[in-house]
Amino acid sequence: MLRRLVRACLAIVGLAVFAAGPANAKVEDDTIYLGAAISLTGKYAANGEHTQRGYDLAVKMINDAGGVTVDGKQYQLAVIYYDDESTPARGAQLAERLINQDGVDYMLGPYSSGLTEAMAPVTEQYGIPMIEANGASISLFQNGYKYLFAVLSTTEQYLASSVALAAELAEREGRDPSTLTLAGAFENDPFSQDIRAGVLADAEKYGITVVIDDQLPPELNDMAATLAKVKALKPDILVVSGHDKGASLAIRQIEEMRVDVPLLALTHCDSADIIGNFGAAAEYTLCSSQWAPTLSYSDDLFGSAGDFAVLFEETYGYAPPYQAAESAAAVQVFADAFERAGSFDKDAVRDAISATKMETFYGNIEFDETGRNIAKPMVLYQVQDGNYVVVAPTKWAAADVRFPTPPWAER
Amino acid sequence: MNGRKQTVLAIVIALIALALPLVTPDYRAQIALLWVMVLFAMTWDILGGQTGYNSFGNVVFFGIGMYASAVVQRDSGLDYFLALFLGMGLGGLIAIVVAAIMGSLVLRMRGHYFAIATLGLGIAAAELAAGWEFIGAGSGMTTPLFPGDPGVQYLFFCYLFFGLAAVVFCLLAWLYRTRFGLALNAIRDNEDKAEAMGLKTGLYKTVAWMIAAFFLGITGGAVGNLLRFVDPRDTAFAGPTYGVWMVLMAILGGKGTLWGPVLGAVVFHVTQEVLWTHLLGWQRVALGLIIVGIVVFFPQGILGWARERWPERFGHKVEAS
Amino acid sequence: MADNLALLFDAPLLIVQLLIDGILIGSIFAVAAYGMALVWGVMNVINIVQGEYVMLGGFIAFQLTLWGINPFLGVPVAAVILFLLGIGIYYGIIRRVVDKDMFISLLATFGLSILMQQLMNQIWGSQVRTAQSGLSTWFLFDYQVTVSQVKLVAFAGALLIGGLLILFLKRTRLGQAIRATAQNPRAARVLGIDTNKVFAATYGINAALCGAAGAFVVMAYSVHPYTGLPYTVRSFMIVVVAGLGNLPAVILAGLGLGAAETMAGFVLGVQFQVAFVFCLLVAILVFRNTMLGRKRRYLK
Repeated sequence: MLRRLVRACLAIVGLAVFAAGPANAKVEDDTIYLGAAISLTGKYAANGEHTQRGYDLAVKMINDAGGVTVDGKQYQLAVIYYDDESTPARGAQLAERLINQDGVDYMLGPYSSGLTEAMAPVTEQYGIPMIEANGASISLFQNGYKYLFAVLSTTEQYLASSVALAAELAEREGRDPSTLTLAGAFENDPFSQDIRAGVLADAEKYGITVVIDDQLPPELNDMAATLAKVKALKPDILVVSGHDKGASLAIRQIEEMRVDVPLLALTHCDSADIIGNFGAAAEYTLCSSQWAPTLSYSDDLFGSAGDFAVLFEETYGYAPPYQAAESAAAVQVFADAFERAGSFDKDAVRDAISATKMETFYGNIEFDETGRNIAKPMVLYQVQDGNYVVVAPTKWAAADVRFPTPPWAER
Repeated sequence: MNGRKQTVLAIVIALIALALPLVTPDYRAQIALLWVMVLFAMTWDILGGQTGYNSFGNVVFFGIGMYASAVVQRDSGLDYFLALFLGMGLGGLIAIVVAAIMGSLVLRMRGHYFAIATLGLGIAAAELAAGWEFIGAGSGMTTPLFPGDPGVQYLFFCYLFFGLAAVVFCLLAWLYRTRFGLALNAIRDNEDKAEAMGLKTGLYKTVAWMIAAFFLGITGGAVGNLLRFVDPRDTAFAGPTYGVWMVLMAILGGKGTLWGPVLGAVVFHVTQEVLWTHLLGWQRVALGLIIVGIVVFFPQGILGWARERWPERFGHKVEAS
Repeated sequence: MADNLALLFDAPLLIVQLLIDGILIGSIFAVAAYGMALVWGVMNVINIVQGEYVMLGGFIAFQLTLWGINPFLGVPVAAVILFLLGIGIYYGIIRRVVDKDMFISLLATFGLSILMQQLMNQIWGSQVRTAQSGLSTWFLFDYQVTVSQVKLVAFAGALLIGGLLILFLKRTRLGQAIRATAQNPRAARVLGIDTNKVFAATYGINAALCGAAGAFVVMAYSVHPYTGLPYTVRSFMIVVVAGLGNLPAVILAGLGLGAAETMAGFVLGVQFQVAFVFCLLVAILVFRNTMLGRKRRYLK
């Protein structure tokens, strides 16, 4: 009996080996396959979907425009997706699978710094170029990886501009920035912890005292403990970073508890849709963003940043959060690199990516030797009268920042 | 099936296991993980299957091993392999100590209280690790790169985990035949009677858990290097995935048997890799359905079902009716 | 940690604020815990899918706001829908595991919880969802202490539901049948009670309680497909402390847990709040066990 069972098992194993199929060639007929493991389930599922839609939209546009021309021949792009379930263990395993079993030679990044951190060592070891659009953690670029490229700005820039802005505003009022106090609440994950490091470094630079430095657990659904402290200590700046959940929770509970803070800065405002969800309570909030539809960048494929936003909304029925925009840009960089490399050799493509210098609807893209995009700054929005309005840096500022936030008694 | 046939079977499987990574080099990472799954199920079954103490917290030992070896590799400055083996050993030892302490606290609880307490321990361990700066807190740790070609790396891990699984299997095959194994089963069948007969049940349970902890700690130490990234909640103390899979694989194959967990792990891992990855977003729905299906319709597992179907093949005498 | 304590001494009103917040959230835990105590006591099943029922109740209330309906209506609507769902799940799945080993039912409901998490993710996406109740906040001590009205309504609702449940169990035929089955299912069956129906009703009522709690959760806090487990664990803890079949104690334990958790989050730092809950769970179980052990030794 046992023997028969074991035989059945072996048959299953055999089946598995063959069902997964012979390794697909990375370039088959006239299609170039890119691999991506993204979060379709689990805690990052919402942003994983934005990422996938960004990739899909760019692939569709490029293919409709005739595809990619490599060495005189036209190729179409296609993406092989897997679901990493928002867990790094699965992400690393799937990266492996994409490379070995599916024979993918070029990878698009997953969503979140944690997942990118899990997958980057795999792609690095196999020498597979990976262009990622959603792993902002600066620590990713301190390992000397040669095959990892990021089209987005890294974490230390996320909320640094808000600290600088607060210092500038204080000076304008005739206050010494070193008299300011700052409260921070950061999710306990690689992304937010890096943001925390950036904010603390900046606070130190201006001599700002950090009075609260809380770490939020990912399962958090109540920030009352932190906000009670904020109420008691009355800091000048409150910084919260905790993906979509942190942003929603902060806005809701600050209103509910009537926490008065002159300057509130968040990440992930637009993907959490704080204006749609909370209306007037979101006013005055500063939000760091990789991209905004009002910026003046443009390219031949999508047109201007605003055109991309219109196209995305037509296709998917909602305004694109920046996660979708940067994902689309990552595909554009691959297409551009293939054309310039003129071959499918992994290292030739890698060198071409490294030499990228292009303008896209998402911003300028140029990588430094660690693989970071150094040509595009972060922007800072403020919620003004129910709209996200760019207030910094001054080059794109559409309006002056409204400061300080009036106390709740007067709103 | 008699002892000799089992030995032949084990040797055949071992030969296939040794040849498989050489024949299918593209699947080495999968095969290495397969042996990890087998280790999960076998070690879980020592306490869960043999004594009936269903633990959701064995993943604690796995996570301890993973962190121990990551810390040794980061701080010792030793050569890759030396640090790895040292870390694995250290992980195993710490896991034993923790198992002894945890065992003295929770192993006196009965049934579901034990199950829930271990569930709590697993999650508490993840949260505490996520708050501890020394081991990277919420940001996790990255393990050093393997010195050499990735193909060689996976070959190494394939054989490492297979070797570990083989050692555990042989140890358990021997252990379950000794007085110790009988004592474990006596606890499962009726703990009060076992105690009344003078068995020190607490001691047996704790030692069983320590054996499981030791091998899980060692496994964890190496898995950190296989995955290359240690995250407190999602890889090290991954209760909702690894922690539950352990239980599920053992039950699927047939808990309380020697071969059941092995069989369950193979079937589970292969199903997962062949089917789920193509379900894109629906695989957890499938997992939920599978769990419900197994426990509702198949609670004895594949081996238990087979034993009922063909009892004579398992050495049970059946009267013709 | 030390500076957090010092802050409490400097601003004692903070303690008031934390206690109020903790007690209000604790009342919602208590509602889900009533249901768990019922199912555990009557059917001898630990229902791991508890938290997912809470989340589903929240999503139903959220869906109503999308259609322009006031989320307060979500409390009864979610309760009714969950009641029907609970009965369906009982006849489909729970009925087959109710008389088996408790671990089997534990695992079956765990499987259900994974299934429901994912289905909710497919239907509503994994965004954090909240519903605006339209109520505002009260202020005490010159804006120092805030009490959100919706949380107060939830608190009152929790007490009301508890009271109704006690009346229901004492006064109605079905309630009496449920209590009889809890005491001795076999005897109840001999006396002509259809225990299968009683089990179905009990499980349905449990789901309905969770649904109502969820509708309060989405108005006062937020819901998300994957954050059900903490509600399950808290229900479990409350029931372990309060004991089966003692509803007033469930309320007290719920409020106490909420307050303890919020205080711990403040003093230890929020990052240890979840760890605190789970360590407390283990500590309670160990304590309960040593007390039992002492009793046993005494009897020997």
